[in-house]
Amino acid sequence: MTRAQRKRLLIKASPWLLLVSLTLLWELVCFAFTIPTYLFPAPSDIWAAWLQYRGPIMQHALQTLFTTVAGFALAVVFGLLLGILVGSSPIIYKALYPLLVGFNSIPKVAFVPVLVVWFGIGTVPAILTAFLISFFPVVVNMATGLATLEPELQDVLRSLGASKLDILKKVALPRSMPYFFASLKVAITLAFVGSVISETVASNLGIGYLMMSASSTMNMGLVFAGLVVIGIMGVAMYEVFALVERRMTRWATRGSEIAF
Amino acid sequence: MDLVHFENVSMRYGDDGPLAIEDVSLRVKQNEFVAVVGPSGCGKSTLMKLVTGLAPPSEGQVYLGGNQVNGPQEGVGMAFQASNLLPWRTTLENILLPMEIVKKYRHRFRKDKAEFEEMGRALLKRVGLAGNEDKFPWELSGGMQQRASICRALIHKPSLLMLDEPFGALDAFTREELWCMVRDLWQEQPFTVVLVTHDLREAVFLADTVYVMSKGPGRILASKTVDLPRPRDIAVTYTDKFAELVFELRDHIGRIRETRS
Repeated sequence: MTRAQRKRLLIKASPWLLLVSLTLLWELVCFAFTIPTYLFPAPSDIWAAWLQYRGPIMQHALQTLFTTVAGFALAVVFGLLLGILVGSSPIIYKALYPLLVGFNSIPKVAFVPVLVVWFGIGTVPAILTAFLISFFPVVVNMATGLATLEPELQDVLRSLGASKLDILKKVALPRSMPYFFASLKVAITLAFVGSVISETVASNLGIGYLMMSASSTMNMGLVFAGLVVIGIMGVAMYEVFALVERRMTRWATRGSEIAF
Repeated sequence: MDLVHFENVSMRYGDDGPLAIEDVSLRVKQNEFVAVVGPSGCGKSTLMKLVTGLAPPSEGQVYLGGNQVNGPQEGVGMAFQASNLLPWRTTLENILLPMEIVKKYRHRFRKDKAEFEEMGRALLKRVGLAGNEDKFPWELSGGMQQRASICRALIHKPSLLMLDEPFGALDAFTREELWCMVRDLWQEQPFTVVLVTHDLREAVFLADTVYVMSKGPGRILASKTVDLPRPRDIAVTYTDKFAELVFELRDHIGRIRETRS
């Protein structure tokens, strides 16, 4: 194996190496200072909790995954449309932006009780919270992508007799795709935050609920197992959209892997 | 017949901004090659915007093909200093973009795509880009990108080609190559060209008529007919006659600069 090959392999394996060493360190600290499980469980305790409760954990995880993806899908559709609207009209941009920023500043957890009054507890508020928290980055990125279209390019098209719709379809939208796909990676992780928040406050299903009920019985192993499962789902979904991004916008990175 | 006609045109940006151009009158004949030269900030780009109808004049009238220009004109080809090629399209797809937009072609773009692609390939071959059809713009050199950009401006056979310093960002050798490319394209199949530039040699080498503009506000100071015989070889740029013409134009520009300072 040459030096360059070894270096590439090391780069590829680096996230796993870091994960394994951190886990070992965690285990070691818990063991060395004999930290009780009900305060801070060691990885081995979390693993034990997973083995014991994997049936219910999987059931609740699927529920969380479902509400997250549903909320995220809503956010993508709505965010895309609103982003196009905001990005292609200066008046709408000016009018709507303060409102959007104001709305985004509201902690979404404060909004969950309202949703509960309207829709009851359970799946619907979780989907809506995931939606509310994750549509903002999609709107902002889409609007930025559209609003930064080069004026010369617009002139070229307008001098050919292109309508606003033509410019949007042929140039503005394809040009905004790198912005759009970048926002998806942010939005999917935020969607998990939203659905879990809602489940913690108002649900009897989902990882958020599972963790709430486990912590009320001081079953910290199970709480942490829930956290780990959310983390794994988040990373997995992020990777899916990172892959989609690389596929769809190869031209933006000039065909090379990642810049720098 | 006059294709472009400016009648005492003035233009200011905003309601009380300074005049960008003032009282400009000029005529461009069908298939004439016109160059507009002047120092930066003399409103050359404003002239382009007016002809293509991207901006309305504050005073006076602009006519294109006998009709008054009000609103964006269809089927004018434009190329700028930056090639503005779309990075997600291949070279061939890029130069076929006008076919998807211009009214005359767009309704049959899907049906006759093969025919249009043939036209595109033929045009790319004529400018020496054969074999690069399926490359992406960022895989081409600056000169090649500019060639493709000019192809895109010509593919739909526009009545008027507007070139806004299209060779400004290229090195001297590539620039001369591209002059010859434009000359050959024009010689084979004449079309009307307005070339905006600050390179006097470029203007004299390519154009039939050269207009000199002053700056702040832009006014037409002089117009000079270039009577060098065509077809012109690049060697013509080293003749005395050529040097005289360039020097004469340079003299006008020099006077603009003196009167300003």
